[in-house]
Amino acid sequence: MSALAISAEHIGKMYEIGATAGYKTFRESITETMTAPLRWAKGQRAVAATEPFWALRDVSMEVKQGDVVGILGRNGAGKSTLLKVLSRITAPTTGRAVLRGRMGSLLEVGTGFHPELTGRDNIQLNGSILGMSRTDIKKHFDEIVAFAEVEKFLDTPVKNYSSGMYMRLAFAVAAHLDPEILVIDEVLAVGDTAFQKKCLSKMDSVAKEGRTVLFVSHNMGAISALCTTGLLLHQGQVVTSGPIQDVIRRYSSMGDLSSSTHWTGNCGDKNARLRETWVRSLDPDGSFDTAADLEVGVRLDVLQPIEGLIIGIRLFSQYEYELAYMLHDDSESSSPDTVMPGEVVRRFIIPGNMLAAGNYRIGLDIGIHLVKKIAGDKDEGALMFELENLRGVGRRFPVPAMRGFTSLFRPAWPVV
Amino acid sequence: MRTEFPSALAENVVPADVKPGAALETVIESREPWFALKLRDLWTYRELLFFLVWRDVKVRYKQTALGAAWAVLQPLLAMLVFTLLFGRLAKLPSDNVPYPLLVYTALLPWQLFAFALTESTNSLVTNQHLIRKVYFPRLIIPISSVLVGLVDFAISLLVLAGMMLYYGFRPQPTALLFLPFLLLAILTALGIGLWLSALNIKYRDVKYVIPFVTQFWMLATPVAYSSKAVLQLVPPQWRFLYGLNPMVGVVEGFRWSVLGTESGSGLMMGISMVAVLVVLVGGLAYFKRMERTFADMV
Repeated sequence: MSALAISAEHIGKMYEIGATAGYKTFRESITETMTAPLRWAKGQRAVAATEPFWALRDVSMEVKQGDVVGILGRNGAGKSTLLKVLSRITAPTTGRAVLRGRMGSLLEVGTGFHPELTGRDNIQLNGSILGMSRTDIKKHFDEIVAFAEVEKFLDTPVKNYSSGMYMRLAFAVAAHLDPEILVIDEVLAVGDTAFQKKCLSKMDSVAKEGRTVLFVSHNMGAISALCTTGLLLHQGQVVTSGPIQDVIRRYSSMGDLSSSTHWTGNCGDKNARLRETWVRSLDPDGSFDTAADLEVGVRLDVLQPIEGLIIGIRLFSQYEYELAYMLHDDSESSSPDTVMPGEVVRRFIIPGNMLAAGNYRIGLDIGIHLVKKIAGDKDEGALMFELENLRGVGRRFPVPAMRGFTSLFRPAWPVV
Repeated sequence: MRTEFPSALAENVVPADVKPGAALETVIESREPWFALKLRDLWTYRELLFFLVWRDVKVRYKQTALGAAWAVLQPLLAMLVFTLLFGRLAKLPSDNVPYPLLVYTALLPWQLFAFALTESTNSLVTNQHLIRKVYFPRLIIPISSVLVGLVDFAISLLVLAGMMLYYGFRPQPTALLFLPFLLLAILTALGIGLWLSALNIKYRDVKYVIPFVTQFWMLATPVAYSSKAVLQLVPPQWRFLYGLNPMVGVVEGFRWSVLGTESGSGLMMGISMVAVLVVLVGGLAYFKRMERTFADMV
């Protein structure tokens, strides 16, 4: 059983990102072509309308048969891309991989479910899409129905299902997939607690049957319980691999690689100096979880009395969209308070369950109302942080876009 | 290889040079030769092809109020309009066949073709959720959407039988020979559908062009009139151009086999078939080249 199930050599995957990434319209293509000579004449040869972005770079890995491998990394580390390449959904830009054994991949539960079709029809359709043969589907049909607990609604179109039933049925089909290599991305975050437990134990039995499993999840508990080995990715490259506990330890020690949550310095003018800014999670364990309240703090040294001192922060998304602007007070500007010399500390609370998982930047805006700007224009005191959905709730429908999150507000999911 | 669950999928993926019993091996490479069509892969996934066709047929008739009646109404209404316009008003020749029959027989393959062309062009975009999340030979998608049209075709075929009874028109002994022409229509639609579906992923404009293309194409095809009516206008040395349109051969073939009208020249038929072959092989190669990155573009 020590033969290799997966051996990948120097896998790389490049995406073109930029304004024209993805599909274009003829108009864009035509205008690009038409204006090319013009640009060329101006000396701007080959405008970089798109720039290469390596989602994976030189990833080599070997997975033995029967290994259960947890793939770890932050958002955008390349985990999903790696799974996509290995499950042949997209071709790698460089490198080569050999898979030995029948491969089944679950990058999403319920792929291909059609709302108009009944539960019965969807089991067959979805099973077939996931790679089950008709005889397999027939054989497992009753088990699937029992696992999903939807006996009574088998002949109801799934559009009339509750979302819980829908996800249970979807997972049930997936759970009866019977490949030699199973690739799973984030699919455990479905259903209620009881159902999640059921899924985990099913996964556990799959793993114990000696099947090879690649598993991506943000649920550290599930990863350390299920996996024997791990692979840690960062910015598309392999950081480390080995026994799962070592990899998890390394992952949690990576901490602030892509964030700067604390800033100290001294800038401003003769009125006031900006000395310190920070962002921290008010969670007991201090993790940047989407459900955690965040505190943004600003410390100023005020040097002379200021009428109408403004302390504001701007919240930007990873792509520099300004999402919010907040002031330390919202008193009437016609009667501004006067701040006396000394230390001024202001704390802003961003409530939990408001921001989706992703990278954010905070910019400062320090000034005197209607008079002048003191600091913040040149990114003084700017902070960066990354929010992750560590509890696994509310990740039922992963956002497919490369541009990360789609929402500013996220609902407060019941915490399990 | 696990043997408790014998599966058609597993057996067929094994490359020919691997002995049965050895684990199947899949190689993922950054580059593939353009001629690697991997048709064997297609065969492996034939059950998925079946299920996709089954899904589309089922959903198609479920979501429409009139359901299968559309398959009857559409060609009948078109037939009515064309008969009035070209038969009664313009008084075009009808090859000694009742004009409605002449038109309807041509509408059968034409509607199949137009449907298949439209559906296959849009097929990759409408199935993008599958493309992004699961592997299977992408060719299955346009092929399945072409095959869905066969159900409508079968229904309209029954109507044709009814019409022939009504007109007291005895079917020709050659009637079953419409099958090769049916195949030709399907291959034509698929060949073009392969090009356009892959293009449609990159340029969504294609979708808007298709209605015009099918409209003009129908006017250029002897659907509403007989070939004779056109060929009188075209000087002989230019007739091969007319033959470049494979649907001319298909429509004429249908009329010849079912109604016993004069058959087109063998030369024209040959030109049509070569044209289809070129489009189809080109489409396959283009599609295979593009399919490796469909998931990144949709």
